[in-house]
Amino acid sequence: MLRVDRLTVGYDSVPVIFDVSFSIQEGELVSIVGSNGAGKSTILRTISGLLKPFSGTIEFMGHRIDKLPAHQIVKLGIAHVPEGRHVLGKMSVKDNLLMGAYTINDKIEIQRLLDEMYELFPRLKERENQKAETMSGGEQQMLAIARALMSKPKLLLVDEMSLGLMPLMVDKVLEVLKEVNKKKGLTILMVEQKVQEALEIADRGYILQTGKIVAHGTGRELLESDLVKKAYLGM
Amino acid sequence: MFLQVILTGALIGSVYSLVAVGLTLVWGLMDIINFAHGDMMMISMYTVFWLYTLLKFDPFVSLPISAGITALLGVLIYKFVIKRVVNAPGLMALLATFGLSLFIRNFAQFLWSPNYRFVGESILSGKRIFLADLIIGLPQLAAALGSIVMTFLIALFIKKTKTGKAIQATAQGRDIAELMGVNTEKIYAITFALSGICVGVAGTLLSGIFPVYPEAGAMYGLLAFVIVALGGFGNIWGAFYAGILIGLTEALGGFYLGTQFKYALAFLIYLLVLQFRPKGLFGW
Ligand SMILES: Nc1ncnc2c1ncn2[C@@H]1O[C@H](COP(=O)(O)OP(=O)(O)O)[C@@H](O)[C@H]1O
Ligand SMILES: [Mg+2]
Repeated sequence: MLRVDRLTVGYDSVPVIFDVSFSIQEGELVSIVGSNGAGKSTILRTISGLLKPFSGTIEFMGHRIDKLPAHQIVKLGIAHVPEGRHVLGKMSVKDNLLMGAYTINDKIEIQRLLDEMYELFPRLKERENQKAETMSGGEQQMLAIARALMSKPKLLLVDEMSLGLMPLMVDKVLEVLKEVNKKKGLTILMVEQKVQEALEIADRGYILQTGKIVAHGTGRELLESDLVKKAYLGM
Repeated sequence: MFLQVILTGALIGSVYSLVAVGLTLVWGLMDIINFAHGDMMMISMYTVFWLYTLLKFDPFVSLPISAGITALLGVLIYKFVIKRVVNAPGLMALLATFGLSLFIRNFAQFLWSPNYRFVGESILSGKRIFLADLIIGLPQLAAALGSIVMTFLIALFIKKTKTGKAIQATAQGRDIAELMGVNTEKIYAITFALSGICVGVAGTLLSGIFPVYPEAGAMYGLLAFVIVALGGFGNIWGAFYAGILIGLTEALGGFYLGTQFKYALAFLIYLLVLQFRPKGLFGW
């Protein structure tokens, strides 16, 4: 479904991702893990079109997308939950969700999606008319995910959803992601510093170190590998 | 007499508000102060003047045309000037719009000479109503009401429509809005068009009251900047209230201190308020 091939990208012509290749099949939940500054967010920003590759290609469902502007990539079916959530703080919860469905014109469909999100996240229904900035970190993360789902994506990119959340909340969000992946068949690519949690729920994973992929395999294989045990799990 | 002065101030203040709303829209979205804002208004005044002189159009008939022209001018300014500097360091955009302002003024002077011109007649000119002791000129009243209605419509558009919400989203973060599928370049262009409509309407409403000349927009641009700062940058209703406040200040200052002081007082208030509330009276 997604194929990233020999991607090199960075900021102000200084590369921070070097020659990275990976791919995702339909229905998979894939994690890219690595420590702070490894380049995880940069990869997601390039897939969703906020950054343009220095070299390499990105293909989504058979189309090259690496030269498209971000707002067109959303229409093709990639939704990106950015790091730090970035809900529209001054707007109501409901308006945040409606903005998520910006690319959809069918009013009935938008209402159906809204109902679906309220069912998935009952908390958001309760806070429908509240300004998004007044919600807790966990609620904002739920909102950011729900907002992304409102665009009816085929592929969901989730950047560091655990950042700044209490462990209990992290588990909750992970559960939701697993549920939309398994029950609704949504393909998910998540990037995380929390290596253990991210690899546990993933079908497959990639280890990113200073802009290079150094290992890949199923979640279980990686968790049991010496590299992950030593470098990330402190064993 | 005091009431008459207050009324005069509030009426002109409403027009200041509308001009300032146009300026604050652009600021709120892009953190850019458009120094050519007042000059766009001058273009709308000339549009009304020429439509009146050549085709005998009443200013109120010209309103959609002049607002359309300044909307288009706003889009062109975005496409050919702002777009190139929006990601450059702050001073670049400032210098660019400042240069643009000088260009438009000189261009107007070259085409139409620096002479004062007057739109002789409109359906309202010379008409007035009497209310107890108060005298209200209909052109002034129409200018004020038109400005208030327009401010209200703009605020409603931003708050309620899908495009308005996309403008809000873009103001809170360009990348975030793009990730939701908003074509933010288009949103920038639309906002410049809205900003142009504000000055287009204001210029039309004023053209029956004030002379038309190349520098006609300059003072309004400057006052609009003061009002935007007082109202809190990017805050539509803040700009509205601050506009009325400046109108009142100007009228009271002009009456009690002498006309040469009327703007000085407005700028003095600006300096004082910014000492104590750097984000404006209505800023957060
Ligand atoms: N906007 C930016 N401008 C310049 N350098 C950046 C920017 N964002 C990130 N970087 C650099 O790129 C590298 C990778 O960052 P990032 O992708 O955010 O890593 P991660 O998400 O894995 O923590 C880091 O060295 C970081 O300093
Ligand atoms: Mg990151």
